[in-house]
Amino acid sequence: MSIYLDKSAKVICQGITGSAGLFHSKACRDYGTKMVGGVTPGKGGSEIEGFKVYDTVEEAVGKTGANTSMIFVPALFAADAILEAAAAGIKLIVAITEGIPANDMARVRAVLRNSHKDVRLIGPNCPGIITPGVAKVGIMPGYIHKPGKIGIVSRSGTLTYEAVWQVTQLKLGQSTCIGIGGDPIVGTTHLDTLEAYNADKNTEGVIMIGEIGGTAEEEAALYVKKYMKKPVAAFIAGTTAPPGKRMGHAGAIVSGGKGTAKEKIAALEAAGIVVAQSPGEIGNALVEALKGKGRKSKGKKKKK
Amino acid sequence: MLVKLHEYQAKEIFAKYGLPVTPGVVVKHLSEVDEALKKFPTGPWVVKAQIHAGGRGKAGGVKLAKTEAEVSQKASDILGMTLVSPQTGPQGKLVKKIFITPAADYTKELYVSVVLDRARQCPVILASSEGGTEIEELAAHKPQAIQKMYVDPLLGLQPYQARQLHLNLGLARDKINQGAKLFQDLVKMFLELDLSMVEVNPLVVLKTGDIHCLDAKLAFEDNGLARHKEYAEWRDPDEEDARELEAAGHGLSYISLDGNIGCLVNGAGLAMATADAIQHFGGSPANFLDVGGSATTKAVTQAFKIILSDSRVKAILVNIFGGIMKCDVIAQGIIDAAKEVGLSLPLVIRLEGTNVEQGKKLLSSSTLHYQFASSMDSAAKTVVAAAKEVAK
Repeated sequence: MSIYLDKSAKVICQGITGSAGLFHSKACRDYGTKMVGGVTPGKGGSEIEGFKVYDTVEEAVGKTGANTSMIFVPALFAADAILEAAAAGIKLIVAITEGIPANDMARVRAVLRNSHKDVRLIGPNCPGIITPGVAKVGIMPGYIHKPGKIGIVSRSGTLTYEAVWQVTQLKLGQSTCIGIGGDPIVGTTHLDTLEAYNADKNTEGVIMIGEIGGTAEEEAALYVKKYMKKPVAAFIAGTTAPPGKRMGHAGAIVSGGKGTAKEKIAALEAAGIVVAQSPGEIGNALVEALKGKGRKSKGKKKKK
Repeated sequence: MLVKLHEYQAKEIFAKYGLPVTPGVVVKHLSEVDEALKKFPTGPWVVKAQIHAGGRGKAGGVKLAKTEAEVSQKASDILGMTLVSPQTGPQGKLVKKIFITPAADYTKELYVSVVLDRARQCPVILASSEGGTEIEELAAHKPQAIQKMYVDPLLGLQPYQARQLHLNLGLARDKINQGAKLFQDLVKMFLELDLSMVEVNPLVVLKTGDIHCLDAKLAFEDNGLARHKEYAEWRDPDEEDARELEAAGHGLSYISLDGNIGCLVNGAGLAMATADAIQHFGGSPANFLDVGGSATTKAVTQAFKIILSDSRVKAILVNIFGGIMKCDVIAQGIIDAAKEVGLSLPLVIRLEGTNVEQGKKLLSSSTLHYQFASSMDSAAKTVVAAAKEVAK
């Protein structure tokens, strides 16, 4: 078991003839993902590195039965690519593209909410999703992962790898790891993934990595407090970030005194989540959480 | 990066959207004041500092002038002064431009802005009948005074919503259509130009009863700016950090911090976390620097140059988690860069991920002086100790 991504995934890449799209399509195929082709308008009918190329997503879906798409289309055309995938019946859309205007994403989310409720969008501006040993749809290096029972969700790429690596070194392994993306508006939130991990039989604990900006971590904390049956460890990046500055990610900004690391850490701790004080301690925080630290009183109550 | 504009630039864009603003003249030298007075001969006037920070009025950067002589006096006071407001930071901002505009006679001050609501994933218009003060202050002390109207990003602000907002703000009923149009135009501008923020503080009711934008502030989101290239040149390099601009030109993301440990990291989340780890172990990061997921040797060299151009830097930490980026490529980049820039500061390197063994080999067989760290925590501890040693 896993969340969102399992062995039934048949994946196409939108933007497959670009250098990044092609490179990562090959890497996903090498990892074992069922890559069934790609889409680049104007290049339909050609073949590249063994991938069949189609002009539209609809054609690709018709010919291959694809149900998942990985998007590398340039920023100003990416919103259209997401909507095209949804309209063609793709159910899992992973948008890797960085730099999509936030207002475009607001419109995309509105359309998905109105007309495509069964579509799961991950990203944009994200490393993607991996169910170790089964499939990866994204740009993360496969070999640092190890099949296991820990869910890892993060807004960032390399910081996710850091957490994955620490977990792998602890010989615990991961169920599914998701980079939800560093933009202010993303398709899948921390909260969405926690709900999915909570329901997933193969996930026994969760690491949630957040960062400054917005209130998504606070909302996730409320959920954990009320409903989460599994131990959760966390880290919040950006304690040192000055207000009003975007720290690399479009969404990582403290504005109007809101969205600080301090507020988020307090909300997480109040929800019984073990928060790592340093990024090097993420693995240890997980071990503590699995031992029952932070949630002891609640665990006892449940047993009665 | 947020791309802010000056008030006079924002007013030009406001005017294009039919929003009521008072025109004026931008003055960079005192010699240009007469020219401005010729264009707007009837006083009184307001002389306003043009800097990218709010709170100008309280800081002494906005002055009323009743006579032409007073205009010259206020202009000479404000041009060249260093304004310190809560938004400028303690070092303040040097005023290099002023805006001279006829003063408006008004009876009421309000506040209105449009921003993106991240949780609801749509634009929101925020407004208050208590204008003039900072919205953050109002939000903290009197949140009930802020009216919110959420906008469907597919439709824009609907007329009925705009009319409701007008009434909620206690504006005159006979101006309901005027007010509604103003709110709709603000949102239209926000959506069409891919803005990150529009703010009018204060929005005023003139003696004539008309509603008027006395101030105008807007910021582009840099992702959106790619679609509106005509405004990209409106950026004012004087208002931006030189190192941050230089870095952006090389595809690097750099933010100045206050400390003495230079950081070079791949990925924004890891870069933030690295700065946090340094602070956690008692040090102080001089910068946030993300070389990106696929940095080249050249980009790494540029990154080193930018870090070293900061004389406060006493030690450098390189923290790379190779994914797509291979550790041997980064290692070669570090070796080349250190040679080219003549690196003499303590250097701590932590490499992990793809091709890490090849990377380590390259480093150990080079003449580079460095300390290797095997984990993020030990890297942070080592560089903090090195910086303290140098600072002694």
